[in-house]
Amino acid sequence: MSAWKKHEVFEKNSFVLLVGILVMVAIGGLVEIAPLFYLKSTIEKTEGMRPYTPLELTGRNIYIREGCYLCHSQMIRPMRDEMERYGHFSLAAESMYDHPFQWGSKRTGPDLARVGGKYSDDWHVEHLKDPRSLVPASIMPGYPFLAENKLDTRDIEAALSVNTIVGVPYTEEQIANAKSDLWGQAKPDTDAAYAFEERWPTATIRDFDGNPGEVTEMDALVAYLQVLGTMVDFSIYDDKANAR
Amino acid sequence: MVVPSLAPCNDFKDWGAKMAQNKAKMVSLEEGGFAIFLVLLAFACIIVAGKTFDQVMAFHAGIGALFAAVSVFLIFKKYFDDGGEVIPAEIDGKPNYNMGPVKFGTIAAMFWGIAGFTVGLVIALQLAWPALNFDLPWTNFGRLRPLHTSAVIFAFGGNVLLATSMYVVQRTCRARMPGKILPWFVILGYNVFIVIAGTGYLLGATQGKEYAEPEWYADLWLTIVWVMYLLLFLGTLWKRKEPHIYVANWFYLAFIVTIALLHVTNNLTIPVSIYSTKSYIVWAGVQDAMVQWWYGHNAVGFFLTAGFLAIMYYFIPKQADRPVYSYRLSIVHFWALIFIYIWAGPHHLHYTALPQWASTLGATFSIILWMPSWGGMINGLMTLSGAWDKLRTDPVLRMMVVSVAFYGMSTFEGPLMSLRSVNSLSHYTDWTIGHVHSGALGWVGYISFGAIYCLVPWLWNKRNLYSLKLVNWHFWLSTLGIVLYITAMWVSGIMQGLMWRAYDSLGFLEYSFVETVEAMHPFYIIRALGGALFVVGALIMAYNLWMTVRHGEAEEADATPAGSLAPAE
Repeated sequence: MSAWKKHEVFEKNSFVLLVGILVMVAIGGLVEIAPLFYLKSTIEKTEGMRPYTPLELTGRNIYIREGCYLCHSQMIRPMRDEMERYGHFSLAAESMYDHPFQWGSKRTGPDLARVGGKYSDDWHVEHLKDPRSLVPASIMPGYPFLAENKLDTRDIEAALSVNTIVGVPYTEEQIANAKSDLWGQAKPDTDAAYAFEERWPTATIRDFDGNPGEVTEMDALVAYLQVLGTMVDFSIYDDKANAR
Repeated sequence: MVVPSLAPCNDFKDWGAKMAQNKAKMVSLEEGGFAIFLVLLAFACIIVAGKTFDQVMAFHAGIGALFAAVSVFLIFKKYFDDGGEVIPAEIDGKPNYNMGPVKFGTIAAMFWGIAGFTVGLVIALQLAWPALNFDLPWTNFGRLRPLHTSAVIFAFGGNVLLATSMYVVQRTCRARMPGKILPWFVILGYNVFIVIAGTGYLLGATQGKEYAEPEWYADLWLTIVWVMYLLLFLGTLWKRKEPHIYVANWFYLAFIVTIALLHVTNNLTIPVSIYSTKSYIVWAGVQDAMVQWWYGHNAVGFFLTAGFLAIMYYFIPKQADRPVYSYRLSIVHFWALIFIYIWAGPHHLHYTALPQWASTLGATFSIILWMPSWGGMINGLMTLSGAWDKLRTDPVLRMMVVSVAFYGMSTFEGPLMSLRSVNSLSHYTDWTIGHVHSGALGWVGYISFGAIYCLVPWLWNKRNLYSLKLVNWHFWLSTLGIVLYITAMWVSGIMQGLMWRAYDSLGFLEYSFVETVEAMHPFYIIRALGGALFVVGALIMAYNLWMTVRHGEAEEADATPAGSLAPAE
């Protein structure tokens, strides 16, 4: 009997075929995905990583909502030109609190992994409202509506709670005061801002959108952009110890 | 189980008489089960719509409630009209195929195809002339781009796969699909998913994972529909009159099962609340990246490859009137393809923060994948042995053969781009976009067009297509469009990659980022022109199909195409 004859068992029995397919497609995924959860070298040891503040997290959700990741990567590769253009190559640790990751796959615009602190808040606000007013050859869409939209803060405590379920280390205090912190970060010199500073000592408090009257979606998005790539302290980061 | 009081009171006598006449039966378990499920769904949707302050959620829950309520109405209307009559699986010893859902899927595919191609053209124009974003939320590139990708992959491609799989599995098993409601639930439920996903993107509901953008409730709905689809497909296999499961069905089954696995794993999210569209994925950072591209690359491998190879394995032999070239090759390349494809994902993450061992594994398997891919191509092309002359006279067959040639080309380019050194240049550039489109427009598009050109006359009992000349026009216009598209993207992608890494004589980076953007402008215009030709081709196709259905010459009743294929040699 030829070996080909034996294949009949798959061709004559849909259940055997189904199990055969499942076994074949399970192997590759298991081998490639499962070790990432237990190999300690997967995520580098760094100093300075913290979860996003409520305002930054809300800004990140706006970044996701508008599909920014479709044109901007957040993943600097370890090549000379990229490191000179954008800064130190990205670490796995820098996106360890990102649900979902936003590494992107296309650079229609420049990488944003370390855009935080490179431009002023005013620049970002103007650039988001009308990109071609600052960069005439830019092909980015304008987002003037962000400055008009008041920030929706109704779900922020729940959002932080859900993030703790999936592994982001928010404290109970941070969750309980999420709404007040969200306002506080964008309203310097208020009680909410002082309280925010206690709970988030390494975060920046500013009126990000230049409109002190209101907390808008622009505030949140700029707060997010300004924190990108700034958390890890590279002055004490050891590239060699984390080489893999 | 049935509640007679549901019948309108004034019709009660009529209804009773009708029931008696039709030898009334109780509602079947299937009808009752679906009705109860849909009633519960409608109530759940109404509660959510009433309690949420999220307008998108309210809108989507409204769509869900409407769909569920109308479906329940239709289930009972059908029941009262025919008194629960069982549709015979065979008439005069011949299988009584259920082609209604196939027809619906075929029309839906054409509709979504044109919509998806058009949105693609719009976003191509936006990249050339950014003023076309109109500074509005629901018209900006970031929201339209997922609309384009989902419309062409899941709406167009998905409906082609659903329609052809329902057709092929019935024909090759010589059996009617099981169920009265089930096939309709699958095809309509799938299209409701499409509507919810697409409107969600425009209104800003997205998970932010490429090709997996629909939010948690849409994912949940798709999971239900997909399990029903698997049951429908397996149910048809179980009823088969042929001892062997035909090779096309192996590929369809692999597609259905693997997509279920990928979809569930990549969309494990926790909603902020059941009244909110927003959810957070359980995976984070580097693990999320790996899961995402394991999903993303295998959406290519199992949705856009395995499923469409199944189409190739039925429609090319059928249209060429030749048996599949090699039975053994189909066995080897089937198992090799599904085993190897699943490993290829990490080649999307070269030089990223993903550990190098994973990306090396991905690249290695991507190179090996070249072989089973070309095994499929060879099996498809060589099926034309002895029938190559038909390429001159049959533009539908020509379209499908060119499709397989594009498949061969893009599965050669893919492994090449998965090499780390090539990828360091190609990644993040338009080269990737060009590569994807040679596969999507050339392979998936053309094999789908070919299949639809075959299906429409078969389903509507027409002798021929309305016009082969128009098929020719479609073929040449869209081929020109594809060539313009992929060559423009090769040039702009490689050019931009080289400009990013160019240094001047003093050792400084030569170009600012925006200079590389400016340099791409002409190629974006050429690309949009290519896309426009592709859209025009699809419009010609739709006209041709419309005229075929409306005015085509009827096929004589006995001459409907026979179900079985000659066995492979």
